[in-house]
Amino acid sequence: MASLFQRRRSKATQTERVRERRHEGFLRYAGFRWAKISGGLCLLIIVSYALVDVTPRHNGGSWYGYTLGTIGAGLILWLTALGYRKRKMTSTAWSLKAWTSAHVYLGLSLIVIGTWHTGFQLGWNVHTLAWALMMLVILSGLNGVIVYATLPAALSNNRDEMTQMQMLEAIRAFDRQLHSAAQPLTPADTAPVLAALDEDPFAGGVMARLSGRYPDCATAAALRTLSLSNSSDREAREKVIGLLKQKEAALTRLRRHLKIRALLEIWLYVHVPLTFALIAALSAHIISVFFYW
Amino acid sequence: MSEPVKVAIIGSGPAGLSAASRAAQLGLSHILLEKTDHLSDTIFKYQKGKRVLATPERLDLRSDCRFAEGAREYILGNWDEDAANNKVNVAYHAEVAEVTGAKGAFVIKTAKGDVFHAENIVLAIGTQGNPNRMRCEGADLPHIIYQVDDPEDFKDKHITVVGSGDAGIENALGVAEEALENTVTILNRSKDFARAKAKNVADMTEAGENGFMLIRTETQPKLVEPGWLTLETPTGEERIECDVIVARLGSVAPRGFVESMGIEFTGPDREAFPKLSPTFETTVPGLYVIGALAGYPLIKHCMNQGYDVVEFLNGNKALTPADEKDLAAIFEKLPQKKSVSEWLEYLRTRIRIFADVSPLQMREFMLDSKVAFYSRGDVVFEKGEPGSSLFAIADGHAVVEVGPDFTVPIEEGSIFGEVGLISGRKRGATIRAGEDSIFVEVSRTAALKLMAAVPGAKRVINRISLERQLLQIFKGGLTVEDLEPIVEDPAIERVPAGKVVLAEGDEGDDVYVIRSGSMVVEKDIGGKPIFLRYLPAGSFFGEMAVLSGEKRNATVKAAVASEVIRLKGEQFKAMLAKRPQVREATEAAVAERAQMNSFIESRKASYSSAVDLYSDTATFIMKEGLGEATDALLIDENLCVGCDNCEKACADSHEGLSRLDREAGKTFAHLHVPTSCRHCEHPHCMADCPPNVIHRGPDGEVFMEPGCIGCGNCMRNCPYGVIRMEAAPPEKPSLLRWLLTGFGPGPGEPSPKWTKKQLGDEKPKKIAVKCDMCKGISGGPACVRACPTGAAIRVSPEEFLSIARLEEDAD
Repeated sequence: MASLFQRRRSKATQTERVRERRHEGFLRYAGFRWAKISGGLCLLIIVSYALVDVTPRHNGGSWYGYTLGTIGAGLILWLTALGYRKRKMTSTAWSLKAWTSAHVYLGLSLIVIGTWHTGFQLGWNVHTLAWALMMLVILSGLNGVIVYATLPAALSNNRDEMTQMQMLEAIRAFDRQLHSAAQPLTPADTAPVLAALDEDPFAGGVMARLSGRYPDCATAAALRTLSLSNSSDREAREKVIGLLKQKEAALTRLRRHLKIRALLEIWLYVHVPLTFALIAALSAHIISVFFYW
Repeated sequence: MSEPVKVAIIGSGPAGLSAASRAAQLGLSHILLEKTDHLSDTIFKYQKGKRVLATPERLDLRSDCRFAEGAREYILGNWDEDAANNKVNVAYHAEVAEVTGAKGAFVIKTAKGDVFHAENIVLAIGTQGNPNRMRCEGADLPHIIYQVDDPEDFKDKHITVVGSGDAGIENALGVAEEALENTVTILNRSKDFARAKAKNVADMTEAGENGFMLIRTETQPKLVEPGWLTLETPTGEERIECDVIVARLGSVAPRGFVESMGIEFTGPDREAFPKLSPTFETTVPGLYVIGALAGYPLIKHCMNQGYDVVEFLNGNKALTPADEKDLAAIFEKLPQKKSVSEWLEYLRTRIRIFADVSPLQMREFMLDSKVAFYSRGDVVFEKGEPGSSLFAIADGHAVVEVGPDFTVPIEEGSIFGEVGLISGRKRGATIRAGEDSIFVEVSRTAALKLMAAVPGAKRVINRISLERQLLQIFKGGLTVEDLEPIVEDPAIERVPAGKVVLAEGDEGDDVYVIRSGSMVVEKDIGGKPIFLRYLPAGSFFGEMAVLSGEKRNATVKAAVASEVIRLKGEQFKAMLAKRPQVREATEAAVAERAQMNSFIESRKASYSSAVDLYSDTATFIMKEGLGEATDALLIDENLCVGCDNCEKACADSHEGLSRLDREAGKTFAHLHVPTSCRHCEHPHCMADCPPNVIHRGPDGEVFMEPGCIGCGNCMRNCPYGVIRMEAAPPEKPSLLRWLLTGFGPGPGEPSPKWTKKQLGDEKPKKIAVKCDMCKGISGGPACVRACPTGAAIRVSPEEFLSIARLEEDAD
């Protein structure tokens, strides 16, 4: 184990500073160092649980249960600290990638630590509430790992070297062109185009954002109406239809971008509040255990 | 018309005003000629509230006028008071049109027709030149401005830009920014925009199509009235609303005017300055030049020179310049005791590159230099250290450790370290003092200035550097004599980026040495050019054909604009025959390269896609200009979740401003090159920095030390758009406070809105902000440390395009 924890901090001098040059993701960090540590820990717990004889039976209140409980509670607090670590830019050598890697694998090991701590005694009480919340936090985190591992490439493909600002700018540019191109249209044809111009690309609510489906899209509606209409001058109408199609394509790209970004972020809105609920339930669990000792 | 004065001072900027004040204090009869109705027009034209910095800090101010960092109004107010208190005689509206006569009896005619007589003239007219004025009726109204300092000063206004050169278009684009809600019109007298850069014209056309500005060609202003402008258009006159007119009609550079007085310049190029004596006297006796025109763009220098020049004129021969104590400090630690001027003369006569340098130039170069005493055996620098300064041997000699137990001496008067100066790469060898010696270390900027200003110095440096570079590359197997014929008449070729130097299948046996820049080697495999290798400066190529006598077996082309030295095949062969060591070294290099080629070819058969990807990635990297990078940030978009923690970490590790834009930039095969500094071999930003504050640090980082004056030259010179002009935002509440109470903007760069609210009406000075590779932060670059998924990496092109990486990818 000693070699696993070897730090390369000693090399952090002014001329030969620690440099992260290795190109590897957080899951593969340092040859799966934290997966190995975490797996080893789980294995140790499972084996020792079977070997240690606790009378009358395994439960959270035995010395063994207290040990696991203390490790688990400590781990939960440390895992929560990632949110602070991520935002606190101190000047010493540390790698957020290493922290994320440890966070993921040690977080997963809590499934074993927490569950084996209960001695498989679950019920309708504050203790089980803490366990259930912990499992939910882990599940939401697992979802985070999955989206982090699968979505970035899609995000990159979709944006095609455009920034979010440029996507918005492209839509605004089409709007301006539509505005002048729609001048010769009849009032019946102009109304849906104006509605499309008024459309806020960010509107639509959480569900639309996550699904990427916007059934009430004014641009799509204008496109449908104008394709069927034959009231205005044909050439002018076709120009507007062409612009609407381009705008729709730009909107699709932006919406897909927002969808992927939302999927990469939404789980945090579950993971983080649940963590705080977990810490509250955990405090109640610990206090009540000591109170009724 | 007027009494002859002892001295006439032309230009009332910091230099001229300081000179006139000194003259007044000394009781000399004088006249200060100013073309406008106020003092110091250049600073007067700064935007309201702009902060003026007092750099360099170490230099003492020696003037009868006050000057300290402060807002434009404060400084101008002080100077107006000082001018009055010193009883300076100022003639306003006196634009000098012609100077005739000679020392003792100069005749100065102004544009208005006034005539002044003076025994001596001090020219302090700066370098701005005179902007061409509008010529239509109403052209003297105050809402016509000739420069835009900050587009954000204009909101919800009708603005007309007259003139369609680059300056005009850039100003128009600036004020046409959507958020400012201005109505912008740009006028062009002719039909097309022939004088402007294509990029600017394209941006303007796009802005026009998007309705951000109105572009009117074949249109000229006819009548200016407050709030309105009458235009002459192809279809008749038209009156439009107009609150502000920005006139960018070009300007007349002052050089022609200066030369018309008979003053000689140091050379024909644009950077040349008038030739000056140590007392600022030009080649015309009685005519003195000081300030920006003399090559000193900083206000403090200008003011000191104003004081000094009048003292000199008044016969004060004992006056030492204000930088005397700084120079004395430079020589202080040396074992011998000499006065500053003795030291300067000592160095000038002993060091070859200083032979043609004037005493005044010598002072300036020494201020940017260090002189140190080294005991026998002391290391001056180690092989592999970054560094771009030039060393000169004033006393003693140095030894170069070329190989194990093999050293080459460098004699007194010569130089070393010039490879770093020319190629920007790390030091190629360790250098020690061969005996107790005195070495002068000249900073890169000072050395480049020296080469530009003194042709003799340039010749010496070029010759020595070429000789050394060749010696270095061929691992010391050669002697200076072997290189004599090559160095005597070097075939140095400039190769623009992308140009092929050698084509696969060509005949030829010339060998090339890359002097600066870098090359890529490609080979046609299966009908597709496959990237084989990246060659940094200091490598050679073309040697395979000489040894084998066969055709060229790969194509070599320039990754960035480069310089190569061409050695004739016979010359090279003669060298090989004479020196078996060189032959061995060359053969070893050939064997290694051949092995690599065959490795890639074999991989191509079994892992075709991996080799293709490697090759295409390499091509992409080169196209993005990373061929001149030394350390660049890359983002693997297979891992990047778009959290922007890299940007936030960057801002929080510096003064609250991010030096990188993650999302912007090009992407290939999920490899993204964000907008962030690559720490170029030859940094474009360093090219023109008036206060000389951009340097290369010990880790190879290109950084800015404090002292930026906010001129924006570096930002404009950077081809990669990685330098911002921005003022540091105010201090944020602590992270814990934000986490617990939500107070403050949170991690990362605060929004402009928050900053604006904190600052109120205060407008801090915008200075250049760029990546310094987290210089001085022990943990290393924050962008990489703060990436939660490992998407961000920092690499040099050699590392990134190494064979190890290809093997990694193939696995």
